[in-house]
This record gives sequence, C-alpha cells and structure tokens, in this order.
Amino acid sequence: MQDEAQAGPGGGPVPLGPEQTYFAYLHEGEWRIQQCRPCGRAVFYPRLACPHCEAQDFDWISPAGRGTIYATTVMRRGVQAGGDLNLCLVDLDEGVRMMSRVEGVDPAVPRVGDRVRARLRRDEGASLVVFELMEAGA
Amino acid sequence: MNSSVLRGATAVAGVGHAGLGAAHGYAEIEILAQAARQAVADAGLRMSDIDGLCTCSAAATMWAMPVAEYLGIRPSFIDSTMLGGSSFVAHLSPAMHALQAGECNAVLVCYGSTQRTSAMNRAAVGKMRQMLDPQPYETPYEPMQPISAYALATSRHMAEYGTTREQLAEVAVAARAWARLNPEAYTRDPLTIRDVLDSRMVCDPLTVRDCCLLTDGAGAFVLVRADRARDLPHPPVYVLGCATQVWHRQISSMADLTVTAASVSGPRALRMAGLSTQDVDLLCLYDAFTINTILFLEDLGFCPKGEGGRFVCGGAIAPGGRLPVNTNGGGLSFGHPGMYGVFLVIEAVRQLRGQAGARQQEVDVALVHGNGATLSSQSTAILGTAAAL
Repeated sequence: MQDEAQAGPGGGPVPLGPEQTYFAYLHEGEWRIQQCRPCGRAVFYPRLACPHCEAQDFDWISPAGRGTIYATTVMRRGVQAGGDLNLCLVDLDEGVRMMSRVEGVDPAVPRVGDRVRARLRRDEGASLVVFELMEAGA
Repeated sequence: MNSSVLRGATAVAGVGHAGLGAAHGYAEIEILAQAARQAVADAGLRMSDIDGLCTCSAAATMWAMPVAEYLGIRPSFIDSTMLGGSSFVAHLSPAMHALQAGECNAVLVCYGSTQRTSAMNRAAVGKMRQMLDPQPYETPYEPMQPISAYALATSRHMAEYGTTREQLAEVAVAARAWARLNPEAYTRDPLTIRDVLDSRMVCDPLTVRDCCLLTDGAGAFVLVRADRARDLPHPPVYVLGCATQVWHRQISSMADLTVTAASVSGPRALRMAGLSTQDVDLLCLYDAFTINTILFLEDLGFCPKGEGGRFVCGGAIAPGGRLPVNTNGGGLSFGHPGMYGVFLVIEAVRQLRGQAGARQQEVDVALVHGNGATLSSQSTAILGTAAAL
C-alpha cells in the first residue's frame, strides 16, 4: 500500500484532488484558484466539477489579488484567546467569494464595500491568504 | 403524490418537553425520554403505540438507535436526517409521507440536550467537530461558528438596507416581552433596547443579547393520521403544508447573505396549504440571533426584502403588536438547547389548542420556520386548527 501511495498508474506521481492541489500550491507559496476551461469562470473553493457548467476541466490561475469586502465582522476574543480578530467575506475581482480577514488595521475599521488586496501570510510553514485595505481610489 | 392530498392528512396529537433551562443531574437521553413520554401521554397513547421515530443529535451520528433502545420501541419508520436546528420541522415531511403510505401509525419526533449542565468540554467538542466535519477554506480564519456567520449576514443587511442595531434590539426586546408572559421561559427579566445595545459585544454588531440562550432542554411531539387524531384527547393540530430547502453549508458559499432559502421553503409550504401570508395568525421563527427574525419576516413574505428592520420597530412583533412572533419567548428568551426546532412546533401547537395561558392569541393558522447551521437549511410548516381545514 505504501508503494502505491507514492506512485500513480504508470509509475508517475499520484494525481492530487482539487483540495490537495490548492493546499500544495499554497504550501509552495503560490496562491492559485481554478478557472473552468469551457466556460471561463473562476471557481472557489476548488472542486471536481464546475458549479456553473459541470465541466471537469480546469486551469489553475493566479488571482490578481484584488477584491471588495462583501461582509465583515470583529470576533471579540479575550487576550488569551488571541485578541479581537477581523473576519470577512471578500469578493475577488475574478468573481468568486472567499472567507478571509483584513490585517494591518484595527479589526473594526474594514467596511462592506472597501477595496482590499491579498497578501500571502506564512505561519508555521502554512500559507494563508489574508487581505489589506487598499488606499481609497486604488 | 399531489400536495393537496397531503394537506391536513396528518396531525400533531401530542406535545411534551422536559429539562428546560438547567437539567442538573440528568443525562441527555433521560430528559429526551421524559419529553417523549409526556408527548405520548398527551396524545392519549402508550409508548408501545409508537412505531415511527424522527430524531437527531448534534453529537451522536447514530442517534436514532440509542433513542429507540432507551424508549423501548422498535420503529418501522426512522428518519434521522440532521440539518441542524431546523431538523425537527424538516422531519414533518418524511413522517407525513410514511404515515400516509401506511409504513407506520404514530411517529414520535424528539430531541434533547444538556449542553448547559453537562460536563462536556465545549472547546474539545469544537476541535473534534473540525476534524469530523472539516471546512478547510473557513477554519484557518478561526470563525466563531455559528455566531460569526450571522454577524457577517447582519453586516451585509445593514450595509445594503440600512438596518440598525436598534432594530435588531427590537427583536430581542419583543422576545423578552413574550417570555415575561410565559412562566416556562428561562429568561424573564425586563429588557430594553438600551440594555441590548450596551451588553457585551460578541461578534460585531451582535451583542450577547442578540444571541439565543444556551440552555438544556428536551422536546417531543407525536404525529398520527388525521382520522385517528380526531379520536384522541386533544383537538388535532393539522399539518397543512411543509417544505424544506438547503442552499449551502458554509456561509462563504451563500450567494446572497440577505436572502435565505426560506424565500423558497415558505412559499412552497404556503402553496401546499393553499394559504397566503395574510391567512397566518401567528409565527414561530427560529431566532438563533436577532437578524434571523428580520431575514425570515422578509423571506417568508411578511414584508418586502430589506424592510424587516423597520417592520419590527415600535413593538410590532411584541405582545399587543400587529403580528405575534415567537410568543413563547423564542430561542432568545425561552430557551435554546443547541437545536431549537422542536420547540417551534410545540409552541404553535399550544397556541392552536388554546393552551398558551397569558400569551394566548386568537390563532387558526400558525407558521413555523426552522433554520439550521449558518443560515444553511430552511424548513417551513403551516399548522392549523380544524377551522383552517
């Protein structure tokens, strides 16, 4: 079983599913999301079939990293629990929504409709996509 | 099967609850069994008459089996679909179908939780849940679920429609005013809009008073075919319509945070009942958070989208207001043992039977609406008296 886990059919590497592919890219410091080849629409979170056209044929594209805050909140937490933390939903310009947080400002500052820019944050080897507020008009 | 055939074909014959608030010294299954026995006795039946079982648990994945075992029943119809808090409203439809198909003759729907008093370590359960039910695209951002999801929905509703914290507070204040008329409600102190606004912020803009209670409690009801219900002790409460709809699991996958699947389940249930919102005398809405009541009033068609905040102002859904909502005090003030759906049905039945004491309304048609997870599952039922048939 161990051997099979390391080699796919024909001796090549085992193909990864969409979820592991996403996190493998992130682990290498690259943020990529799916784009459906037939219908051209971006897809997030990664999945086997396009939720728009049901095709199973994707490119993994690098998002431009710009988006708009769709909804935002501050989780009020004690200092021991890590302190107050922003939580938001960001609509990427590519047309998909993801959960994330805005860093670099007081967690209560971000507003619905604010423009944000993505940043890859590396914690203990894992990469996390977070956002920063863009200057007004940017 | 045509919906019109099922309209009014099934009735709630018995209700019961136990261990509300803090059930010190009792196990979950014990208060569940107390509630189940009460509901069966209320229906004028014996436990040995029960041959259908609907139940589910937020923790145990095979919950129907220990429940059947503990109650000493051998059900031929079982539905343990777990959709979060809406589940016990959602169980109406499969139970109704099974009864009408002759798979069984008396269905017990039941739930119980001792989340408040049990020694269970909530943090440990949270960690376990992350492993058993992973959400890898949300969990890294440490959401405090479920409240974070509802706070996000609130932020969107405020931005899009100008809904205010004062309007949210109106929902909590109305629920409390009803609870003060209900001796069984867990929290009955006076509550003002100022109190809600000044209480501890948990997840902006929701304070602890915008959130449902964390209590123990068990509830149960018994369903039979309508012809049989007419021979049982209490006036039957007929199931006129019911519908369930699921659109997502994770809040980040909800297309529009201001529109829930209640906008589909509500009209479907009303259509089956052959009724409109104007025929509804009383609402039992799953108020896990104050935004829920506003969203469901809109989605179910009691006011236009975006108007929910203005609709609830001035005590409109409080005692003496124009539309009675959550007359038992709701999840906000009556009690909320993890999943609240079964209590929505119980309160509607009490009102339709005329057993609601100081909070009694003139009711022939009640709308019950359950919500589950993070605005994820929505289940609506229309219940009515013989006058509504």
